[in-house]
Formats: sequence, C-alpha cells, structure tokens
Amino acid sequence: MSIHAAKHVETIEKARANMRVPPLLLNFVAFAFAVTIWWAITAAKLVVLPGPLEVFQRALQLIANGQLPLDIVSSLRRVLTGFLLGVALAVPVGFLMGWYRVARALIEPYIQFFRMVPPLAVIPLAIVTMGIDETPKIFVIFLASFLSSVVATYQGVIGVDRTLINAARVLGARDRVIFPRVIIPASLPFILVGVRIGLGSAWATVVAAELIAAQSGLGFRMQQAQLYYDLSTIFVSLITIGVLGLLMDRLVQAAERHLTRWQERVQ
Amino acid sequence: MSLDLPQGGAPKISFQNVTRRFGDDQNAFIALDRLNLDIADGEFVTVVGPSGCGKSTAMNIAAGLMTASEGQVLVDGRPVSGPSPERGVIFQQYALFPWLTVRQNVEFGLRIKRISAAERRRIADHFIDLVGLKDFADALPKTLSGGMKQRCAIARAYAVNPIILLMDEPFGALDALTRVQMQDQLLDTWSRERRTVIFITHDVDEAVYLANRVIVMAARPGRLHKIIPVDLPYPRTEEIRLSPAFAEIRNQVWHAVYHQNPQINQNSR
Ligand SMILES: Nc1ncnc2c1ncn2[C@@H]1O[C@H](COP(=O)(O)OP(=O)(O)OP(=O)(O)O)[C@@H](O)[C@H]1O
Ligand SMILES: [Mg+2]
Repeated sequence: MSIHAAKHVETIEKARANMRVPPLLLNFVAFAFAVTIWWAITAAKLVVLPGPLEVFQRALQLIANGQLPLDIVSSLRRVLTGFLLGVALAVPVGFLMGWYRVARALIEPYIQFFRMVPPLAVIPLAIVTMGIDETPKIFVIFLASFLSSVVATYQGVIGVDRTLINAARVLGARDRVIFPRVIIPASLPFILVGVRIGLGSAWATVVAAELIAAQSGLGFRMQQAQLYYDLSTIFVSLITIGVLGLLMDRLVQAAERHLTRWQERVQ
Repeated sequence: MSLDLPQGGAPKISFQNVTRRFGDDQNAFIALDRLNLDIADGEFVTVVGPSGCGKSTAMNIAAGLMTASEGQVLVDGRPVSGPSPERGVIFQQYALFPWLTVRQNVEFGLRIKRISAAERRRIADHFIDLVGLKDFADALPKTLSGGMKQRCAIARAYAVNPIILLMDEPFGALDALTRVQMQDQLLDTWSRERRTVIFITHDVDEAVYLANRVIVMAARPGRLHKIIPVDLPYPRTEEIRLSPAFAEIRNQVWHAVYHQNPQINQNSR
C-alpha cells in the first residue's frame, strides 16, 4: 500500500492522459473532412458560396490590412469588459442570495424576470437611454453574463453540504471564516460552470449586438459585408467568431479543471 | 485501570431533562423525551437503539449544532450554547473538506485557533501519524478509502484538543474487517490521548467492545431505555471479544435493543 499505491494510481492516470491524445487527432480528421466537403461542394458549383481557398485568401488580406485584428480586438474588448463586470457583480450577489433568505426573497423575482427577457431585446431600450457608443453594448453583455453566473453561484451556495458547514463550526469556525474557507471553495465548481455559460452567452450576445448597432467588431463587419454581397468576408468573420468562442470556452474549461482538481469525477 | 463512574465526582457531560420537539406546537413530534444522563470524565460511552430513537438528536444538541426544546446539556457544569472546538464531532459521512489535503484538513481547526504554521504542522503530523496516515499527509480526500477518510476525520477532531469527542456512527459505512481495525485503533488512540467519548452505533458488538457503559435508547418518543455497564478491562483484545463475559453483556444489550416493550402513550406526555 502507501507510497506504492499512490505511485500506481499516478501511473494509471498518466496512461489515461496519454490515451486522451487520439481524440485530438480525431478532431483534426473531422476538421479536414469538413474542409474537403466544403471544397468539393463549392468547386462543383453546387452552391454559390466561396470555397476554402478563396476564404483563406480573404482572411490573409483582412489580416494584412489590419481590419480583422481590429475587429477582433473591438469585439473581445466589449465581451471581456461586459463579462468581467457581470461576473464581478454576480458572485457577491449570488453569495448574498444563497446565504441570506431575505436577500434571496428580495432579489430572486427580478433575476427570474430578466432571465426570461433575451438580452438582445434590451438593446433598443439601452440605445435610447445610453446613446449609441460602447455603453449599451457592454451593458447588454454585462446583463447576459451576470444573469447566467448569478443563478449558478447562488445555487452553488444553497447546495453546499450542511455537514461541511457543521464540521467547520465544530472546529471553531464562525460565519466570517466559514464563508471564505468553506462556502466559496465548496461552491466554486458551480460558479465556474456559471462563468462558462456566462462567457458563451456574452460572446453570442456581442456578435448579435454588433449586427444591430456598432461601428466596429466582427458582427459589424459581417453586416457591412452583407451590404456589398461580400460572402468571403462573412465567412471569415463567422469562422473567426466560432474559433474565438471555442478558444475562450477551452480556456475557461482548463481553468475550471485546474481549480476543481479535488473533485471526485466520474470519467 | 480505575474509572471515574458518575457516582464519584462531578460529571463531564450532563444531559438534564433534554427534550426536542419537531413541527408546530399542535402536533409536535417528540424526537427526544426528557433525557437525563451523566457521563464521567474520560469515560467511553456508546449509544445504541432503534432507528429514529433520537440518538443523533441528542448528540447534535450536545455538540451545539441543534437547540433543545426543553432542558439543557452541561459540560463541566456550564450549559452548551453553540458549537465549540472543546467538543469534537465526527460525522458518519466523514465531512472532510475535499479541496484540502489530509494535512490541511487536520490543520483546519488549528488555523482558526491562530496557531503558528510551524506549530500547526507539528501538531498535525503528530495526529496524522497517530491514525496511521503518515504516507498520505499530502493526499486529497478523493484518493483515500472510506476507512482512511474516517481516520483523517478523527485526526482532525483530535488536533484541536477537544475534551469531548462526539461520534455519530463513524464506522457505519465501513466493511466488517476495516471496522474492527478502526475500533482497535480508536481504543488505542483513546488510551493514549484520553478524552470523554460519546459514540453512537447500530452495531451491538461494537457498542460493547468499545464502551465503559452502553446506553440503550427506545423510540416513539425517543428516550433513555437502559444503561448497561461493561465490566471488561482495557485494553480490549480479540480474546475479550470472544470471551463468555463479553457474550453475556452482548446478549443483555441485544435483548434491551430488540425486545423493548412497546410504549403505550405514543407521542404524548
Ligand atoms: N430536522 C428534523 N425535522 C423533523 N423531524 C426530525 C428532524 N431531525 C430528526 N427528526 C426526527 O426525529 C427522530 C429522531 O431522529 P434522529 O436522527 O435523532 O434518530 P437516530 O436515533 O439518530 O436514528 P438513526 O439511527 O436512523 O440515525 C426521527 O423520527 C426523525 O424523523
Ligand atoms: Mg442518527
């Protein structure tokens, strides 16, 4: 037993980690397959869409003239500002709701109500009241990420095992200690799931918001391209949106895995 | 080994008319009815009784995690008014903090006491060693077996130097073999670090093997049924476990638990 057993477990886990490499290869195969199909369909002129090569050349052009990087930066800046503000408010509010019954009863109806209103539906109101600069867009993203994170956080707090709280109390912990040392770590997995969902909805919202009202960003670029029937640019924007969304999600997922290593997982 | 039985000296823990009701006043459910019990300093008391007879309720009130509807629990003559590190609790579900390693779990209560890092480490290592988890000090709970988790919980409770240990079916989830090993280890630890222990169990053998006295409770309403002294010497060994004297006491307890007279005036006082 003892050290030996621990070493053994480690070896098994390493072996498992190695076995996780093939999926990446499979991902690549799937990707190559899709591009090939795309190429075949467009080359055969089955549909009037730009082919992979055309889109790739357009992407290089847009990178070279600085437009694509600029669009990416504008969109990312909006999404990150709104998202961070949303999460920064959602976590304390979620804790408040989970910990104090009174706070929950006061806040929950509003949260549930606003959750039923798609964030984009707030744009007209936001533009009228906040003008057409960055503020309404950031506000809408803030709203989208706040709503999804706040629910996850407070459900996480409610779900904290009572016996863990009792265990801390019988060791001499008061609320002031239980909060940072038990409630926060115990609800972290829930919070991170909320953050991940929040980032997803923030990204979806920013692109849509830019389609409606913006002078820059990936959504705006697509909207412009639509006016000029510039299909290649639309494709470049779409792919960029997808890739960036995927990257951000993977990043949060990696952070999540790292921060909740202690969790027992069924894999 | 001499024992301070309740008749000599002030009791360490004293349940005085402890009653606990659940639900509204009209049709309140009496989970615990006027429990009176004195436990001596350094005594090892086990509590057995049918499910729902108020064992956990009594323990939670003594721990300060639940309030009594009537009556009070005194520790060293002072009424219990909330949880305190002087009364360590070991839960059936281990209740280890899964994000902390074994050592960090054991150090949890010491941190709250604001003990310096070096001293914390020294104390934690001492108790981790005592429960035989030396090689797993830096492991996370998810990598431990049930028995190891419970040993870690015991080390954590011991580390804050409680004068009383309250254990609610701590070995309930363990297999028979691990259970016997844990019993011996607990007695071993208890003989070296003497504490007053209240130990709840469903297992009559376990109750007799560990205790100075076995408290048998009855249900509906939850109440004290019988107190059976165990006049067997410590250290308890396999020889004692298989002795006729042990079998005799075991039969007594068994009878007290499984052949209780039905209570006629159910749920009323
Ligand atoms: N929070 C509660 N609300 C209502 N009833 C409760 C509550 N806690 C306990 N009870 C009731 O009080 C009675 C005693 O419960 P308790 O948990 O003390 O029993 P127990 O002797 O520990 O049983 P077991 O051996 O099954 O653990 C039970 O009938 C239970 O249903
Ligand atoms: Mg119980």
